[in-house]
Amino acid sequence: MEVPVSWLKEFVEIDIPVELLAERLTLAGLEVGAITYLGVPQGQVEGIRWPKSDHLVWDREKLVLGAIREVKAHPNADRLVIAMVDYGGTELEQTVTGAPNLIPYKEQGPLDPPLWSPFAKEGAEVWDGHSEERKRMILKEKPLRGIPNRCMVCSEKELGLSDEHEGILLLEHDPKYVPGTPLQDVLGDIVLTVELTPNLARCFSILGVAREVAALLDKPLRLPSYEAVMEGAGIEGEVSIEIQNPELNPRFTLTLLRGTTIKPSPQWMQRRLKLVGQRPINNIVDVTNYITFEIGQPLHAFDFDKLKERAGGKAPTIITRLATPGETLATLDEVTRTLDPHNILVCDTEGVLGMGGIIGGAETEISDSTRNVLLEAANWNFINIRRSMQSQKVFTDAGTRFSRGVHPSQAPLGVKRGIELMRQTGGGQVAQGMIDVYPKPAPVVVVDLHASEVKRLLGIAIPAAECASLLKRQGFEVTVNGDTLHVVAPDNRMDISSDPVTGQADLVEEIARIYGYDRIPDTIIEDQMPPQWANTALEREERARDVLVALGLRENISYRFTSAADEAKLVPGGGAEAAYVTLANPMDAEKNVLRRTLLINLLGNAINNARYTNRQLIYEIGNVYLPRAGETLPDEPRRLGLLLTGPRRVQGWAGGESGEAMDFYDLKGVVEGLLNGLHVSGATYARSTHASLHPGRSAQVSAKGKALGDFGELHPLVARSFGLEGAPVLVGEFDLDALLEVVQPNNDVKPLPTTPPVLQDIALVVNETTPAAAVEAVIVQAGGKLLKGVTLFDVYRGDPIPDGHKSLAYSLVYQTDEKTLKDEEVASVHKRIVKAVERELGAKLRA
Amino acid sequence: MLEQLEALYKEALAEIENVQNTEALHEWEIKYLGKKGSVTLMLRSTGQLPKEERAAFGQRANTIKEALTEAFAAREKAVQDAELAQDLEAGEVDVTLPGRPQPTGGLHPSTQTFRELYRIWGDMGFLVYRSRDVETDEMNFSLLNIPEHHPARDMQDTFYTTEPGVILRTHTSPGQIRSMRELGQNGTQPIRVILPGMCYRNEQVTSRSEMQFHQLEGVVVGKNIRMSDLKGTVTEFARRMFGKNARMRFRASYFPFTEPSMEVDVECFLCGGDGCKMCKYSGWLEIAGSGMMHPVVLRNGGYDPTVWSGFAFGMGPERMTILKHGINDIRLFWSNDLRFLEQF
Repeated sequence: MEVPVSWLKEFVEIDIPVELLAERLTLAGLEVGAITYLGVPQGQVEGIRWPKSDHLVWDREKLVLGAIREVKAHPNADRLVIAMVDYGGTELEQTVTGAPNLIPYKEQGPLDPPLWSPFAKEGAEVWDGHSEERKRMILKEKPLRGIPNRCMVCSEKELGLSDEHEGILLLEHDPKYVPGTPLQDVLGDIVLTVELTPNLARCFSILGVAREVAALLDKPLRLPSYEAVMEGAGIEGEVSIEIQNPELNPRFTLTLLRGTTIKPSPQWMQRRLKLVGQRPINNIVDVTNYITFEIGQPLHAFDFDKLKERAGGKAPTIITRLATPGETLATLDEVTRTLDPHNILVCDTEGVLGMGGIIGGAETEISDSTRNVLLEAANWNFINIRRSMQSQKVFTDAGTRFSRGVHPSQAPLGVKRGIELMRQTGGGQVAQGMIDVYPKPAPVVVVDLHASEVKRLLGIAIPAAECASLLKRQGFEVTVNGDTLHVVAPDNRMDISSDPVTGQADLVEEIARIYGYDRIPDTIIEDQMPPQWANTALEREERARDVLVALGLRENISYRFTSAADEAKLVPGGGAEAAYVTLANPMDAEKNVLRRTLLINLLGNAINNARYTNRQLIYEIGNVYLPRAGETLPDEPRRLGLLLTGPRRVQGWAGGESGEAMDFYDLKGVVEGLLNGLHVSGATYARSTHASLHPGRSAQVSAKGKALGDFGELHPLVARSFGLEGAPVLVGEFDLDALLEVVQPNNDVKPLPTTPPVLQDIALVVNETTPAAAVEAVIVQAGGKLLKGVTLFDVYRGDPIPDGHKSLAYSLVYQTDEKTLKDEEVASVHKRIVKAVERELGAKLRA
Repeated sequence: MLEQLEALYKEALAEIENVQNTEALHEWEIKYLGKKGSVTLMLRSTGQLPKEERAAFGQRANTIKEALTEAFAAREKAVQDAELAQDLEAGEVDVTLPGRPQPTGGLHPSTQTFRELYRIWGDMGFLVYRSRDVETDEMNFSLLNIPEHHPARDMQDTFYTTEPGVILRTHTSPGQIRSMRELGQNGTQPIRVILPGMCYRNEQVTSRSEMQFHQLEGVVVGKNIRMSDLKGTVTEFARRMFGKNARMRFRASYFPFTEPSMEVDVECFLCGGDGCKMCKYSGWLEIAGSGMMHPVVLRNGGYDPTVWSGFAFGMGPERMTILKHGINDIRLFWSNDLRFLEQF
């Protein structure tokens, strides 16, 4: 909300710099997001920083109020005139201008009263009115069509007030100012942009902010006058009110103004409305807006004659009720709305007039021919208004205030102040009295608060008397009885709960806020620390991350959103339909469900990165979301996903790097590295049946009888569906909980051998179909306890190995802790191994 | 024989003077002094000489052998010195050429920040408590003192699912209720936990706002937990995170589940409080929202709010990372662009 300081000062004295005030407000919860300066210089306050403003500062000597005493014709130009300006000097200054709004005064002789306008003297800095961009200029002597000219009467644009440059700014006469008064004093202002959190509904007006300022600065609040001059025939009998649903419409008030004139509202009101972002319309509509912004009570003005006409010339009855099915209303914003059954409406006997508290109907609105104005100030249930604004997608200043909560006490104040301002600006007579129907009076909120509660929650003892004073500054009525405060909440706020416990917390907050959070000390928790325990799941998860990083993989964190269609691409032919956690209001259709697999993210990331790199080793650890039959909430198991693609080695300048692409065994190496790093022993590998993987180049890994996950080369059809043709893409996905479950946290460390090992190599030719794991198993079995290590170091196919066969070369380590092995001992075991593989696998020792 | 020996001696001496490298030196050694070297052979053939000549010849041969061995040692040192000198002089590399690239992995920046937060809060006695992403409306809102259609709901745009009453959590605060209920044992035990996790908001994705982001929330409940403790605890955290001179500012604010509520600012560590783009020229960086736990929330967590009290605070790991590294676009976090990730 925009808060002009000049307006604020009507209600409270401000004797500190505005920048300091902004800081105080911010610390008290009314965050000032911006300070906008109009003509006046930015203040500097020690210890407070604001962004430097680049606005135009009106020089107090050179930019002053001018009085145009005469407008003369320009001898050499029809479109130019010469304004004779009184700026407080000894003589009038002649200044040439093309302002169209001076033309009607041309050659009219001396003007009395004069025309008042901002006047810039030679050397003054203003914005260049003719420049598209914001550009500063300094006024210099420059004859215009032969007439000497060194000063200027200014447009709004030249002063930085708006983009208006059609004519010069003509000001209404204000007896406070004389020719030569510095313009800063006439039009200078500062506007605070205050961001209001939902609890600060009471501050949604200039008066509301002024209350906070008064409390913070400990100054009295000057309330506006709520009295109206009521000299016309009484309102009684002219109109009646019927409230059908007091829960939703607790109060409804009306006043009546007869014989008024519709015209532009006075300049001061227009200026204020513009400063708070409102477009002036006419005096009646402007007053409704003015009161909304001034005291926070929205008003609605009806053309009373139109209401009467609808009622067949009789006294109209205003009815507030819920919408009936299918009911429609053409609102002021030129939309015909089909109303929802929960919308509360303002109606008459003939039908709907408007949406209560949100927006009026077009039919009974104020027009230029309106003479009699019926003014409404009502009160509405904030939750219902919020709901209606959302369902009808209509957001108005009135609705915004009602949706946050306006106290019913404000309605009669607003309706009287509003009708009086209308009378003052448009003339006419206000009917005596006010119709006030108040079926559901707001309860008076009374809370008893013991000073010890303040200490218990804040950690600092504030004496009861001081607490009382801090509350009184905000308008609370407080009586102190010993250490207990008996507190009555003021009738402008709805944020104090009548629940005793919550109400006390509400008051403690108000005490702390005005006391100052910065004055509450920093303490160390005195309570004993609750018991601590190890978080094994998290520690192991972090260990898995570290191991993968050590293996050269980079961690990804992706959107958990995807689409069922995208995930279906992971299964050749689309696969069976899966249940998803589906968003009712997705941001876009591509992200309308939560993922069931990490593969979709890793593939997406790989595709994005492929644009500028061909080598990727990435992983992600995170949840997937699996709806469960019969359960409201889905299962959220944690998964670990891997992806490798591109050349095995990083390419560099130094040569020697092979461009060979990573394959299944690179990924298997990562999987083994991960399992080793986590101390998972006894892992076994079998063919995988994972639909996304190449059936021949994929594996399922298990440990302790439990499947941990699948990995391998992406199925060629899946790769094609993602446009990932080229180097093989190797992916894996693991059940993280299952994996971390089989982690051996305290693995036994073997002592280092004290005897030398005997190393021997063996190359075996076996049938192509014989898995390496089978060969190794036979070797280990036959080797017995002297065989300490078996490492496959070469797989060879081709000449002289017969077709359909492969050669597997192992290096074997023989060792025993008891003694140094003799050649004969090793030879005998070696022979046993050769025989065993010949016998069991038909293997032949390669020559 | 003796003449032969003398001739050999001369020849060997002359030859070694011309030896320039280790290899030639080795060849020389084999040729003259090796097992089958000519000097060795000559020495071995002493027995074939007439008896009277043997002693003189043997003596001379041994002397020559010693002399040649010494000459060899001297030459060897000279050659080695020369070779070392040459290597030191000529063997230099272009140190400005890049090294051979080594593959490196790395943790996501959010994980790195989380670990820092875990460490600091862990040192301060906070346990990590994780809870689910897909939540009930009740856990995410109602139990946290945010009733349906309440204006406080405007503060967070929610992703709803097609399952009625089920949403994606908009903050980690449902974990407040879950941790109080699980660890508080019907409001009888104090708790001190941090709640990390991914949160979701139905907001337009821009360089400054994401529809998915991490939060880390802290919750303390005890019988004597005061707002001064909240200030002290958060200040201690900031000193551990940003340095011992970190200056703090606490601003009144509003969260439905805390009262009093406050925003926590730390003096901008990028400009030292002088004002810069990152702190929007205010000198302060907002690092956390916090407050005393609202009595309704304590009650919903199983505690009697007239006896128990507590505080909660929440911070954004991505925001902290952005501040520390001057990152200009929050969308980089889930882009998983390796050019971004490799900078951490």
